[in-house]
This record gives sequence, C-alpha cells and structure tokens, in this order.
Amino acid sequence: MSSSSNLIFGLGAEFSSAGALLEAAKKVHAKGFQKWDVYSPFPIHGMDHAMGFQRSRVSLFSLIGGFTGLATAFGLIYYTSAINYPLIVQGKPYFALEPSLPIFFELTILLTAFGTILGLLLLTLLPRLHHPVFNWDRFQKATDDGFFLVLEANDPQFDSNQSRRFLQALGGTHITEIFQDPEGAPHPARLEATS
Amino acid sequence: MRADNSSAQAAFAKAADYLERRPLVSNHRPLSWITQKVCQIVEEPAPKWWWILTIVFGAMATLTPAMLTYLVSTGVGVWGLNVPVCWAWDITNFVFWIGIGHAGTLISAILFLTRQKWRTSINRSAEAMTIFAVICAGIFPAFHVGRVWMAWFLAPIPNANAIWQNFRSPLLWDVFAVSTYFTVSLIFWYLGLIPDLASLRDRATTRLRQMVYGLLALGWRGSNRHWTHYEKTYLILAGISTPLVLSVHSVVSFDFATSIVPGWHTTIFPPYFVAGAIFGGFAMVLTLLIPFREIYNLHDLVTDKHIDNMCKIILLTGSLVGYAYSMEFFIAWYSGNPFEIYAFTNRAFGPYWWAYWAMITCNVAAPQLFWFKYCRQNPWVVLAIVMFPNTGMWFERFVIIVTSIHRDFLPSSWGYFSPTWVDITLFIGTIGLFVFLFLLFVRFLPIINMFEVKGITPQADPHSSDSHQSHSSTPHVTTEVHA
Repeated sequence: MSSSSNLIFGLGAEFSSAGALLEAAKKVHAKGFQKWDVYSPFPIHGMDHAMGFQRSRVSLFSLIGGFTGLATAFGLIYYTSAINYPLIVQGKPYFALEPSLPIFFELTILLTAFGTILGLLLLTLLPRLHHPVFNWDRFQKATDDGFFLVLEANDPQFDSNQSRRFLQALGGTHITEIFQDPEGAPHPARLEATS
Repeated sequence: MRADNSSAQAAFAKAADYLERRPLVSNHRPLSWITQKVCQIVEEPAPKWWWILTIVFGAMATLTPAMLTYLVSTGVGVWGLNVPVCWAWDITNFVFWIGIGHAGTLISAILFLTRQKWRTSINRSAEAMTIFAVICAGIFPAFHVGRVWMAWFLAPIPNANAIWQNFRSPLLWDVFAVSTYFTVSLIFWYLGLIPDLASLRDRATTRLRQMVYGLLALGWRGSNRHWTHYEKTYLILAGISTPLVLSVHSVVSFDFATSIVPGWHTTIFPPYFVAGAIFGGFAMVLTLLIPFREIYNLHDLVTDKHIDNMCKIILLTGSLVGYAYSMEFFIAWYSGNPFEIYAFTNRAFGPYWWAYWAMITCNVAAPQLFWFKYCRQNPWVVLAIVMFPNTGMWFERFVIIVTSIHRDFLPSSWGYFSPTWVDITLFIGTIGLFVFLFLLFVRFLPIINMFEVKGITPQADPHSSDSHQSHSSTPHVTTEVHA
C-alpha cells in the first residue's frame, strides 16, 4: 500500500459505537495528544468536553454581524430620510425610532445570519475540495454509521508503532495508515463509476 | 427512610414506565438503515409516477410565466382589481403563500429551541416547502407594483430620481421582512443539508453525482472539530430565526393594521396572522408529507406520533384563529364605531358571506375533529381534514382583504370584486410551481434530515447500554418537554 514518497497524514481507527468513541477520545485527550480528531455521522453528546474544547467562538462572529446589521440599518434610514433627501410624509418626523424598528430588526437578523455562517466557514476552514482522511477507503462510513478516530502524524507524541498499539488498546479496529496523497489510483468505488 | 426511598423509587419507575415515550424511530432501526432508506430515494432511478407528476405540475407551473408575460405585455388591467378593490387576489395569494412558508422555519427554529426532538424527521421537507412557498409569494407583490421593471426601486439603491425609499411605510418593512426571511431560511436549510449532502457524496456511484454533491457538501467530513462549531451555528441560527418567524407575518399584518381601513385597523392582527400562518403551514406540511411517507414507506421515520403532534398544533392554532375571529367581532361592537361595526357585519352577512362562512367552516370547525384520537391517527383522515385549513387560509386572506375595502366609507364608491381568468390561472400556476419545486426537491435532495434523526436514536446516546455498561443501572429519566 505505502509508497516511500507519500507522507503519512495519520493513523486511523474505527470504533464500534458512539459510546466507544467517546471513551477512546477521553483517553486520547488525557494522554495529551494535540493533533487528532474524531469523525462521526452526527455530533456526539459530551464529545466536546471529552476532547477538551472550549466554547465555540462562532457566537463572536454572530455578535459582530448583528451589530453591523443594526448600525447599517440606522445609518441607512437616518442618512436617506433625514440627511440626504428629507421629505415630509404625512407630517411624520424625518427620523423616528418607532417606524425604524422593523428595519433595524430585520437587518440585524440578516447580518447576524451572514456573520454566523462566515464564522462557521472560517473556524472550520471549509469549504475545501479534499482532505487526507478521504484517502482511507473505510472513511466513507463516517457519513453513514462509522465512528473514527485519527491521530495525526504531526503531533509531537505521534509514533507509528506506539500509536498503533495505543489505538489497539483503546479498542480501535481497522487501524490504518492514512496518506497525504491519494495512492495514485482513485477509490475502488469511484474507479468503478468512472470506468 | 430507606424503605420510603425504595418505595418512592418503585413508584417513580412505574410512573416512568407508564409515561414512557414512543420511540421517534420505530422498530429499532440501525443507523445504516436510515442512510440507506433516505438516500435510495435520491439514488434509485426516478419512478414513473414521479415523471408523470413532474410533467403535469411542470406544465402547470409554466402558467405562471405565461400569465405574467401576458400581464406585463398587456397591462395590470387584465387582473380583476380596480377601485375600490385595489388589493385582491394578488395580495391574497401573497399572504396565503407567505403564511404557508411559516411552518418550515417554525419547525426548525422554535421546535429546536424547545427541544422537540420529533422535529428532526420533518424539518427538512418543511423547510424546503417554506422556501418554495416564499418564492411563490414573492411573485405577487413584485408584479402588483404595476411596472415590474421598476421593482428595483424597492431596494435602497441610489437612482436617477435622487429619491429614497420611505422607511416610514409598512410596505417597505415588508420588503425587508420577506427578503430577510427568505435569505435566512435558505441559509438555515442549506446548513442543515451539509452533512446529508456529504452522505450522498460518499455513496455516489457516478462521477457527476460525486462532484455535484461533493461541491455542495463543502468538503464536510463529520469531524468533531467541525461539529462543535456546526452545532453552535445551528443554535444561533435557530435563536435568531425564532423572532424572525414571528416577525414576518407580523410585518405582513402591518400592511393592513397600520392603515385606517375598518376591518384592517386592528391591533390583534400580528398575533392573529402568526397563529394563522403556523396553522396553514402545518396543514401544508401534512399535505405534502403524508403522500410521500406512503409512497416511500417512511413510516419508521415519520411515525404516527409525528402526525399526531402536528395535528395537535393545527388544533391549537386553529382554535387561536377562531378566537381571533370572534375577538375581532367583539372589538368591532365594543368600539361603538359604526364603520367598524358595519365592516364586520358586512363581512359575515354581506355579499361575501359565502367566503366568510367557508373560512369559518374550514379554519375553526374542521380542525376541531382533531380532538378525536381516531382523526389524528389515521393518515388518510388527517389528509382529508388538512385540506380544509389549506382552503380556509386562502379564504381568510380573501375575506380580510376584499371584504374590508369593497365597501368604502361612502356608498357611492362601493363595488364588488370578481377575479378574471388571468387572476385564476396565475394562482393555479403558482400552485403548479410550488408542487413542481417540491417534486424536484424530493428527487434530488434527502427529504429527511438523516444526521439529526441518527442523533436521536438510542444508539446515538454514548451512554446507551450496549456501549457503556457502568451507567446502565441508574434509571434513565427523560426530561425533554412533551409535545
């Protein structure tokens, strides 16, 4: 399988269930690994804690987006109605808070949504066209019913043999070296399709 | 003390047993079964009925551009509206469609925040329905402006007249409310689709599928470093969509409520419109979901309990709408204003009495059948009953709009509105467009949110017995809110 020119991305192991993956993740975290990840078809309750994550910072982007939206709405209404072209309509004031509230609200929501999505994409570094984990043929199950743990080779604690034994001790199966580049030939299922 | 404690525990266990919830995925289906069941709808060759329906509704949908072309090339006069009834079928249809577009984001956002786990198997199709309904809705006000090529004046873009939008007008608020609602609903829908698109990508057997679903899935790989941000994003979007859903129909109702027309000028409109929108939206969700559930045999995912819950929401909101109808009458009488009293008497007993009583029958009387368990448990009975709200909510908007303005303050300006064939054909066209878009959705995207359904199965609980024995002795108490 391995070719000398192809660098190892990491060592992957499959686990039988969400619970088994959670237990394994706790131990990997306790051992002090930095560059590793778990992959599952749905978010597993308690996994963030097991992996030692802080609260997600997406909310910061939402907040910035929300304030931008509110400021935009205020600026837009005030500039157009009270400064650039003041127009008397039904004797109402050029600018007042009450009729502006719906627009304030809508633009706040709109830009909060934009900020949140932008935050998600920035924090997850998506979209991306390829990732080394996709070079592992079993990995297709990660979006179906597979639970995977990958220790990455650029972790200071990573050692091909020791890490393999560690994953075995955790109860991982199908322990496989994952390479940085596809192995030349595409994935068998995809090969079938293209031929 | 100890004996007391154990007997209390036994009583508790008994009560817990009695109150045990029916599972949201029946027959203990494994995770891969869910993926297979949902993905195969998209992957297997299109069935014959799909082609027939798509061609029929696609042809029906072409009536929309055909009628709009006729309208623009001839003039707005081809619609039946004229003084005094200047808002007629077009605005009725607009409010009708935008109302239908409420269930989707309600299910996704409000039921998410209230931890109603049953939402997971219906939210995808409901959100799709929302987006398609808002598309249908948007057509009407855009063409109602008369000179549709000037519709861009609605957006605050500097123009040659050097004049800006009137931000004091509720019609402009509506532009912002509806376009924000559409955009945010679309983002929310797409966000929920990403992990499921990745499932389709990973199962793809052709290069084209792999590329299209692969690009749409944005390279999603189910990493927990992504899930942590993803879940936060979903929560925030649910949080901001909740007031948004409630605001859209409130703002639509401001179009009427801020005017001084008797019958429109009422403070009850915002909550009443929102309740009506949820009512009509859920009715449409059931209308679309029940046939597809039968065709694709999705009974284990969209269980009888899901249908039962939705029927209860229809019963609740239908009763709220009934309350609003009677409260309008009470306030009209209580106001002592002769114009106000006349507007409502005229509504029920005037020339449009048939529309009013059709509305009452469909929206207030028919949903009361859902008090009976039999009516909620039999999908075909449910389907028959929800046809009433579907019709009734159209009549409600017709009644509010047309009956309020067809008799003005001066009898000299009274009139009677009748639709033209263009009004009718355009409405049929949008129904065709709506169903056509939904058929495309069923064919090309997963109609059930697979990853969320997987997340509520017993296997997804990391402390379930098969994976983690040490916790199995403690009784597992479900604390989620009952629907």
